[in-house]
Amino acid sequence: MTTTPAQAGWRFKQPSVIPGFGLTLGFSLVYLTLIILIPLAGLVWRSASLGWVDFWRIVTADRTLKALEISFGTALIAALINVVFGTIVAWVLVRYKFPGRRVVDAMVDLPFALPTAVAGIALTTLYAPNGWLGSLLMPLGIKVAYTPLGIIVALVFVSLPFVVRTVEPIIEEIDKEVEEAAATLGASRFQTITRVLFPGLAPAIITGFALAFARGVGEYGSVIFIAGNLPKVTEIAPLLIVIRLEEFNYPAATAIAAVMLAISFAMLLVINLLQTWSRKRYG
Amino acid sequence: MEVRVANVRKEFDRFPALRDVSLDIRSGELIALLGPSGSGKTTLLRLIAGLERPTTGKIFFGDEDASSKTIQERNVGFVFQHYALFRHMTVADNIGFGLKVRPGATRPSKEEIRGRASELLNLVQLSGLEKRYPAQLSGGQRQRVALARAMAIEPKVLLLDEPFGALDAQVRRELRRWLRDIHDTTGHTTVFVTHDQEEALELADRVVVMSQGQIEQIGTADEVYDTPNSPFVFGFIGESSSLPVRIADGQVWIADRPIGLSAPNHPAGDALLYFRPHDIELLDGCSGCIAGTVVASRRVAGTRRVELEIGGERQRVEIELPVDHIATQKSRIAFRPSRWKLFPVKAPAN
Repeated sequence: MTTTPAQAGWRFKQPSVIPGFGLTLGFSLVYLTLIILIPLAGLVWRSASLGWVDFWRIVTADRTLKALEISFGTALIAALINVVFGTIVAWVLVRYKFPGRRVVDAMVDLPFALPTAVAGIALTTLYAPNGWLGSLLMPLGIKVAYTPLGIIVALVFVSLPFVVRTVEPIIEEIDKEVEEAAATLGASRFQTITRVLFPGLAPAIITGFALAFARGVGEYGSVIFIAGNLPKVTEIAPLLIVIRLEEFNYPAATAIAAVMLAISFAMLLVINLLQTWSRKRYG
Repeated sequence: MEVRVANVRKEFDRFPALRDVSLDIRSGELIALLGPSGSGKTTLLRLIAGLERPTTGKIFFGDEDASSKTIQERNVGFVFQHYALFRHMTVADNIGFGLKVRPGATRPSKEEIRGRASELLNLVQLSGLEKRYPAQLSGGQRQRVALARAMAIEPKVLLLDEPFGALDAQVRRELRRWLRDIHDTTGHTTVFVTHDQEEALELADRVVVMSQGQIEQIGTADEVYDTPNSPFVFGFIGESSSLPVRIADGQVWIADRPIGLSAPNHPAGDALLYFRPHDIELLDGCSGCIAGTVVASRRVAGTRRVELEIGGERQRVEIELPVDHIATQKSRIAFRPSRWKLFPVKAPAN
């Protein structure tokens, strides 16, 4: 083993021969500060004016905790569902040529383009107890609209493209020969997928998951129509924030927002680290 | 393991890639499938592997009909031109993959798999690289790992698709010798595809020359080089020159002159005379020879290639002379092929 030079603490990435490193780095920092950091700092500052005791009381209030739980719980489930089915959709779109493939491909992007409120209303109409799908599910004892299940359905809808679009290009890159190699070595189709193809897709799937999850946590428009917004049952955190705002209770709104922000940031950071790790392994 | 390809035909979208190919591969043999691109050599290899299914015809491994078996059941080792290593697995995991995916009953223990992997790494001279990932290896090293991976499953046949095609000339030559050594050590029945005749002639016990979906000739390097059985093989393997000639009275004629070659067994009429540029003797006078005007002369390594124009038809042929030969100064050269072959003018119908 040759010794590698010790990793010397924090260091800037070595600039390349192409000029503009300083300029682009400076621009990025200023831009991120203006667009993301200052508004977020405002949020923290606003909630800080509340005082620690009040902050803690608002944040640990039963209704707030429930709302946060519903928001993150449903977003997590929706993201997981999308990871499975989004990957399958991406697989089908890349691997099979069938009539109407282009149309299906375009359809995947629809949730991006559609105003989310429209999606929410459409889904509610469908899944309401007297809607097309709702009336079919009702006899089976499955209620979708106005339940947490409805929230999950809405979130699955809006975050599907994130998984499909991040995984698709990676599936396109898969070398046919790698699959053939696995087959000649005696691997069944299932083993080829789980042991050869899936690990190669893992970094992209994790990215898709992170994006879908983040989208789900922040989603508002489509959810409020289908959720029914019953406090402690189907009330999501973003809605609670809006409710507090409408009551002109700005400190409470920002306090909830700050907590959401902290949790989201922590989760995304973990996902990012996970991704770096898997990239390094599978790179 | 003997492999027998029996009357195999393969069509892709009605386009025949292989037409009625039959081939017997002896156990332990190292065979090269040689041909230009589009000759069907890779298709034949993939058919043997089971990566394609023949449109008609059968493939036998020993006495067993392999045509109905899946790729997984055939137990062949396949090495791809672009390695096709699993990039998320270490070298050792890549090599052990074929053993790890076996069903429980026949799967060796983890220690055995690890042992086998380092044994094979030793064989391919890459000991100590178990923990590396494919991205950390050079092209030549990757191809050796790919070969080790293919051999790990103790395949009945080893199939290599242009194994050195993506490597540079130096590494190619090195790996060629190395593959020959490995084959001599392990004794696997091995078939490899190449478009590089030097590679095929140097490496293989027998060479299968293919063209347009058919086998032109099967033989040892000496056989295909010295006694090509078709104009294609003559032209494809090694250098060659050809001249249209006429056979009459058991003699070979160019225009109205006999050139001093007798062909008593060849039917009279038009024919093509093939010879190698170096298989000639120079003549001084010309009573029964081929004479031509020098139009170009090139230095090629240790010899000089001279291009001649022959007769009124201005047919061009190339001959090879020693660099400092006196004849290279002349503007007109007379010669006669010392080894040659006649083929009927009309190519046999495909």
